[in-house]
Amino acid sequence: MKPFHLALAFVSLAPMAMAETPVLTVLTYDSFAADWGPGPAIAKGFEETCACKVAYVTAGDGAAVLSRLQMEGAGSAADIVLGLDTSLTETARATGLFAPLVAQAPNDLPVPFSDATFEPFDWGWFAFVYDNTKLTMPPKSFQELAASDLKILIQDPRSSTPGLGLVMWVKAAYGDQSAQVWQDLADNIVTVTPSWDAAYGLFLKGEADMVLSYTTSPAYHLIAEKDPTKSAATFDEGHYMQIEVAGKLASSKHQALADQFLAYLASDAAQSVIPTTNWMYPAKTPATGLPVGFETLIKPEKSLLLSSVDAEESRKAAVEEWQTVLSK
Amino acid sequence: MANRSLQISAWALSGGIAVLVLGTALALAVQAKGVGLHPADWAALRFTLTQAALSTLLSCLLAVPVARALARCTFRGRRALILLMGAPFLLPVIVAVLGLLSLYGRNGLLNQTLQALGLPTVTIYGLHGVVLAHVFFNLPLATRMLLNGWHAIPAERFRLAQTLGLPSPFRHIEAPMLAAVLPGIALSIFLVCLTSFVVALTLGGGPAATTLELAIYQALRFDFDPGHAALLAGVQFAICAVAVSLAARFTLAEGLGLGLDRAPVGQKAHWVDAPVLALAALFLILPLVAVVADGAPAVLQLPALVWQAALRSAVMALVAAGLSVTAALILVQAKVAGAAWVEGAAMLPLATSGLVLGTGLFVLTRAFVRPESLALPVTVLVNALMALPFVFRVLLPQARDLHRTYDQLAQTLGLCGGARLRWLTLPRLARPLGLGAGLAAALSMGDLGVVALFAGQDQATLPLVVQRLSGAYRMDQAAAAALVLVLCSFALFALCDIGGRRAAP
Repeated sequence: MKPFHLALAFVSLAPMAMAETPVLTVLTYDSFAADWGPGPAIAKGFEETCACKVAYVTAGDGAAVLSRLQMEGAGSAADIVLGLDTSLTETARATGLFAPLVAQAPNDLPVPFSDATFEPFDWGWFAFVYDNTKLTMPPKSFQELAASDLKILIQDPRSSTPGLGLVMWVKAAYGDQSAQVWQDLADNIVTVTPSWDAAYGLFLKGEADMVLSYTTSPAYHLIAEKDPTKSAATFDEGHYMQIEVAGKLASSKHQALADQFLAYLASDAAQSVIPTTNWMYPAKTPATGLPVGFETLIKPEKSLLLSSVDAEESRKAAVEEWQTVLSK
Repeated sequence: MANRSLQISAWALSGGIAVLVLGTALALAVQAKGVGLHPADWAALRFTLTQAALSTLLSCLLAVPVARALARCTFRGRRALILLMGAPFLLPVIVAVLGLLSLYGRNGLLNQTLQALGLPTVTIYGLHGVVLAHVFFNLPLATRMLLNGWHAIPAERFRLAQTLGLPSPFRHIEAPMLAAVLPGIALSIFLVCLTSFVVALTLGGGPAATTLELAIYQALRFDFDPGHAALLAGVQFAICAVAVSLAARFTLAEGLGLGLDRAPVGQKAHWVDAPVLALAALFLILPLVAVVADGAPAVLQLPALVWQAALRSAVMALVAAGLSVTAALILVQAKVAGAAWVEGAAMLPLATSGLVLGTGLFVLTRAFVRPESLALPVTVLVNALMALPFVFRVLLPQARDLHRTYDQLAQTLGLCGGARLRWLTLPRLARPLGLGAGLAAALSMGDLGVVALFAGQDQATLPLVVQRLSGAYRMDQAAAAALVLVLCSFALFALCDIGGRRAAP
């Protein structure tokens, strides 16, 4: 074959090859798609079943994912949006960009959760994490914490999803009394950081006794670093939950493939990747159970969660209240 | 003829900058749902101005004695100290904050010492902490720019002052130089501090330390109100415009005249110089030592992707530096040739919010191409743009002198175009060009800015990798990758800076 014909053959074959392997684009947050996150293993597992490629497009965190989707609108190249939490889902639903789920997979969440549009893939309880070699009697409630001399690090609810989670936590636990709780906590707060990692980094440097994170954070130190010195404190008021969800875009050209991906995400294969990559609880506990080490974590008896509608309604006022009280 | 083409390129460049900076804000403004500042925005505006003004004042006041001491002292390690002065400015913000906290934090060296001595501890969190961090960042930059001003004073002037028996050269020689250089330096620092938000919030201790930039972040992220973000960006532009015109008003023309390029002599060191330099060095170097100590243990365990990202970032930084220096050289020559408006265009990028610029570009381009395909070129372009004000500032004083002292001679000789560039401009400006290129390269290397909005999975730059590591509990690796980042930035900076100094006549 002459080179020219060879080239021609490639040109005509290339689009066919591309048509044969569709690319499923998943818009998610950075740490999900990172090499050490759950993204690569889940993509690889799904690709073995689907004759397709998975491509991740990333934004900084859940809130950045949503704002990127809002910028892109119906023209988004994504098929799946993965990584919003329940304080963002109403805003996401209101965009009208999501298609309903074809099937709702069963889940093991500690609270009843059912959503026609968004499928939960993991969850966690917010909690204050401390060093158990330095703090032997951790506070048992926000009130005990406020009455103590303990210093805490928190995140800003205007730029960080855990920061917003804490504001919702106080709101869900104390309702109209939340302003007073913030007032009492003010002298315990060392500082407010723009993001989770800044607060956590400061905590590991010894800048405070406790940091707002998740009940699962000690599992990272225990399993990945063989370091048993971090614990999370149980609060009597109960612990606010973060449920992370994925949804399918109505504009996706790969509707069936997107449904398949969501089904795979709920399967044991994908769910068993979550605990030691995202350091959260899987939405459905896999048949093999949770990894060794997770049994050491605290299990709050009371879970708090505002419905996504209530969260959306109270978010603005709660953040403004937080800002007003702490700005004094 | 040459002048005309210079004018045209300067116009085109300024237009391009204005379109990029203002167009991106406009792209968001058209989505406005309502106009008006919230009460919280006014509080943010007040805090923003207070911290920026204090940080600027303190950085400039402290930089004068430090630069003066460096200018008139000769000692072992002087060059190394000057070079190291570049480092704080180049640190990624969060790395610098962690470095400062190793010293001044609740568990830092200072408080540990105070505790051991039975003294009450101090807290860094508050307005004073914000100012301290901004001085740490900007004092070295101000010192470097001032030092260039001192170097530009012809040695003959100091000799003349001695011959005439003037009691101190300050009033007649140094004060006019400061009057010419300081307002521009103050302007740069003020504008840098204007858009600060990680430092302000983290060290400010709470939401009372909210800056406009954080309000922009909130508007774009959680409220998804691009119109409000654009309005806040508009407020930042207005402040920038006022600051640029104030600085221009207070900048006095300098007239020390032509020198014969003799080595600077005749200035005797003063007894205050040694303690001033020692204190400044301690203040700047100790946090750097902490950064190295934090990062060093995990450097060898870094995953391969860190090194790939480092290489990618370094290449991008060099391209951005090339673009930035070229643009600054064109603008600065147009400015000294009489086009005053150029300065506004050159300083404009400092007033913009990185997030507004990135989001605006995203909105404008996504209709045509997939954002991932633009990630790297857009990052290079934006980095070049964001470094431009600094490069321009670094070049301006000496370019002004060069024009005043050599323009007539060059015209008489008919030296123009490429020949003038090659034989006059480039060699004469080698020192600031090197410094400017170094700053641009290092700033680009460390910038997280827009790449986070555009980058796909395989295009991560080093700052993005640092962020991803620390977002996944890997604080040790993040600290190590940050150290790699700092070393790369510093190597690029040193390469350009030393190159410039070697090439200078």
